[in-house]
Amino acid sequence: MVSRVSRVLVLLILPILLAACGQSAPREGVVLGMQLEPPGLDPTSGAAGAIDGVVYGNVFEGLTRIHQDGSVQPALARSWTISADGLEYVFHLQPDVRFHDGSLFDASDVKFSLERASAPQSTNAQKGLFVPIEAVEILDPLNVKVVLKYPAGDFLFNMGWGDAVMVDPLSAPHNGTIPVGTGPFRFVDWHKGYAITLQRHDAYWGAPAKSAQIQFVFITDPAAAYAAVLAGDVDGFSAYPAPENLPAFEVDPRFEVVIGATEGETILAINNARAPFGNLLVRRAIAHAINRQEIIDGAMFGRGIPIGSHFSPAHRAYEDLTGMYAYDPSRARVLLAQAGYPDGFTASLKLPPPSYARRGGEILAAQLAKVGITLRIENMEWAQWLDQVFTNKDYDLSIVSHTEPMDIGIYGRDDYYFQYKSAAFKTLMDRLALTNDAAEREAILRVAQRQIAEDSVNGFLFQFAKIGVWDKRLKGMWTDAPIQGENLSEVYFER
Amino acid sequence: MTAWLARRLTSLVLTLLAASLIIFLMIEVLPGDPAAFMMGLNADPQSVAVLREQLGLDAPILARYFTWLGALSHGDFGLSYTYRVPVGDLIVQRLAVSLPLALYALVLSTAFAFPIAVFAAARANKAGDTIIMGITQIGIAIPNFWFAMVLVLIFSIGLQWFSAGGFPGWQGGVLPGLRALTLPALALALPQAAILARIMRAALIETLAEDYVRTARAKGLGKTQVIWRHALRNALIPVLTIIGMQLSFLLAGSIIIENVFFLPGLGRLVFQGIIQRDLVVVKSVVVVLVFAVVMINFLVDLTYVAIDPRLRHEKRGK
Amino acid sequence: MMPRLSASFVIGAALSAIILLAALVSLFWTPYDYAALDIAARLLPPTPSHWFGTDHLGRDVLSMVMAGARNSIAVAIVAVCIGMGLGVPLGLLAAAQRGWAEESLMRVNDLVFAFPALIMAILITAVFGPGAINAIIAIGIFNIPVFARLSRGAALSLWTRDYVLAARLSAKRPLQISLEHILPNITGLLIVQGTIQFSMGIIAEAGLSYVGLGAQPPNPSWGRMLFEAQTMASFAPWLALFPGFAILFSVLGLNLLGDGLRDLFDPKSRRGVA
Repeated sequence: MVSRVSRVLVLLILPILLAACGQSAPREGVVLGMQLEPPGLDPTSGAAGAIDGVVYGNVFEGLTRIHQDGSVQPALARSWTISADGLEYVFHLQPDVRFHDGSLFDASDVKFSLERASAPQSTNAQKGLFVPIEAVEILDPLNVKVVLKYPAGDFLFNMGWGDAVMVDPLSAPHNGTIPVGTGPFRFVDWHKGYAITLQRHDAYWGAPAKSAQIQFVFITDPAAAYAAVLAGDVDGFSAYPAPENLPAFEVDPRFEVVIGATEGETILAINNARAPFGNLLVRRAIAHAINRQEIIDGAMFGRGIPIGSHFSPAHRAYEDLTGMYAYDPSRARVLLAQAGYPDGFTASLKLPPPSYARRGGEILAAQLAKVGITLRIENMEWAQWLDQVFTNKDYDLSIVSHTEPMDIGIYGRDDYYFQYKSAAFKTLMDRLALTNDAAEREAILRVAQRQIAEDSVNGFLFQFAKIGVWDKRLKGMWTDAPIQGENLSEVYFER
Repeated sequence: MTAWLARRLTSLVLTLLAASLIIFLMIEVLPGDPAAFMMGLNADPQSVAVLREQLGLDAPILARYFTWLGALSHGDFGLSYTYRVPVGDLIVQRLAVSLPLALYALVLSTAFAFPIAVFAAARANKAGDTIIMGITQIGIAIPNFWFAMVLVLIFSIGLQWFSAGGFPGWQGGVLPGLRALTLPALALALPQAAILARIMRAALIETLAEDYVRTARAKGLGKTQVIWRHALRNALIPVLTIIGMQLSFLLAGSIIIENVFFLPGLGRLVFQGIIQRDLVVVKSVVVVLVFAVVMINFLVDLTYVAIDPRLRHEKRGK
Repeated sequence: MMPRLSASFVIGAALSAIILLAALVSLFWTPYDYAALDIAARLLPPTPSHWFGTDHLGRDVLSMVMAGARNSIAVAIVAVCIGMGLGVPLGLLAAAQRGWAEESLMRVNDLVFAFPALIMAILITAVFGPGAINAIIAIGIFNIPVFARLSRGAALSLWTRDYVLAARLSAKRPLQISLEHILPNITGLLIVQGTIQFSMGIIAEAGLSYVGLGAQPPNPSWGRMLFEAQTMASFAPWLALFPGFAILFSVLGLNLLGDGLRDLFDPKSRRGVA
């Protein structure tokens, strides 16, 4: 009887097994783990960092590219000339560049890509990058002129973002599912919920990729990520999600742990338009109540650099402002009393899913409790967080890492979720946009950092570390993450 | 029989309709804007609005329900908001993991449960029985995701016999696929096996008390032999009910286990759908699962009738 | 004469009592403040000063497990109460009225049973926001049909008994009969099912809080403790072991208690489902 039942069950499974029979292929190329699966693969529509993580520099390329040291380098534009008034950029394009589907890349694609991104019906998440563009003129197939409305000091850097990559009119509508670019890898397959596979594009115009194949495997759960690296299911993580496991990897001779810098400023976001946070004294009190090192130790197991403003310590113009409102709970209590809250108050703290936010939130709640501020923690998923906190500004406090490069400009945005309104800061940003001189730009950036720190717009916690964990034999991975994507053409597995 | 079938089929369709309405209304009140999620931090509000329009999120509720239902009736589940591919394709892809996983777990669970139940029933209320039943109690009480963690710690990280998760796909062959599903199936099967073993044992003990079994015993067959030859068939009805329930549970209930082992199955699809507010995916998967459960119940009822013709004349199959 | 108490009853009652006691004591006293962080003293293995060790934020695990018991028990008990409170009257009503009331109840029951419970619970908590209250509602809803079906079935068989027939002849109204004659006679059955649903509620709550939809911090819950322990299980196994054992023992205890109670209420079944 038992055998009869099991025979029936085997018969049920058998067709699936037979259908699945095939050759077992050995693993080729490189398998990288990623925590978040991108929702689509079109970097010009949707801003999820995971999109750039897969396709930026690999499948798609822009006119310029951001090198891993943060500098701007030529890409599809092999060089450029800028007019003296800073209003006209002529890009000289790489010749003989073809998209993966075989169509030729030329000046008309540049015009199409830039106009598409800035059009009213565009779903580009970073339309701001294209605002300065007045017109795009095709001079000849390999030369294109971009005319700006006003001088934009960071225009070349901005053209290196994933949101500004070059696309072909024919394939552009389908880039979300079947991305077609000019990069060193072409898209092969997307097993939804599991993995994306890229293959070396043999007709690539530049130096060919060192690895024949790159596979991104999506592992949301940090514990599963740990197990996957240890078991060799993936060759490594460019951004490993669980810093608590690093000691285990560091003593394990099979693995390499590489800590680098990211553009991720992790902040305690404060709703400046809500009582009592509109009161500068309250915000300063919060700043004094925060023990950054404890948060870095507890939430990140020591990986992270304390910051005193919204600016990356890796940048030349960085100014260390962590001492401005140093950890001083008694000072915080005095300030709260001055602000009219001698007994403190209660507020909500809405936290997105990553462990830095969840753990950091619990530590922060304990720290603020010591000065009399009681926080009600509300954990939420990204969709809810974006809806409630980011879009509808229905929050008191939140913790989040802002991973976009050079994003101090968000403090000058009227409608941004911090609800910080400062005419002086906006003037600074306007001046910055018109400035091309490097030294002058740095000076303005320093003033800007200082201003938002003095205004304690948010609680500034730490710069997110790029935690790379990979097999020792994996070569060519980036140490730092100056932008959200990472060019993998230098990456290979030494066998 | 025909009348019974007609009744069952009508109630089947009505259940599905009611379920689709409930799930649709629930989804409608779900807070969180899929368009905002797709555009991310720093997004331009105008771009979000354009995307909302593209996704058809602006139409009135009722219109959207009927559009959805109409499309469903000819197998069109719609496009996933996040992946931008037909949800039907996604579900089929995920079923290629979830269905084998559920069946694998069911096979394991049955394979463990049968011998245990027979062993225990043959020694009803003796020491062996008591010990085995005590162990099954522990099996029921272990949360499967905890058991999964322990399995990973021992077999993946410690012994490195199995990979810690993931699914290579069936194109690489059957064995790698089955291998990848082994730990998850074990984690799912253990509590199910414990439940099944207990129920089977009880059913066996009951049939053992019946006359024809006594007769068989009187003919000199051993207790275990009697169980294998005679009692099992009659204990099959309650066991089938449970197996049916377990299959439905395993299809949907592996949601947490799929997370632990990062398997691209149906459970994780719907979980991600909920998290990312991919409402089309959530609606479709739930409807598919409800359909599966209703169908499984229907099939189990049919099997009852096949096993025990007396049931044919009853009003309802239960 | 009291029937002899079975071993499962004794073990079950003892385990349940320990967990219940831990939960009650935690209301007044825990070895440490379960919410107090001490980053410097994090990830300490079990020692005499921290019997169950400390977690990644330096909290005392024993204190958290005790307070977590309170959360699990509260969620599961209220969910059972919701199930009984709504399910039993519905079941009794269906048995008393027969006809369309019964038919529609059974249809709705089938409908609820057809939904994947865990996914719906996740959906419900996602709709209304994570938290203990919504976890209770999500689990409670799926308890209703269980009790409705059980009490209807049991009541139906009682309606044919002589003493109920006698009551009907004396012109008592169905409601009165249900309350006076039916309900008292199915109490034992309900208590047994209640303990089983109670234990299932504890597992369900653990599952929900494992995916982050149960009680929110700083209120500890066993499921979330397990989730947080997962990445650290290889170097701090105590973080995963103790909450896991807590779930295991409370579910085991309640199941054994349920079996023991069944033996007490219905000695006949002792031969069968032990």
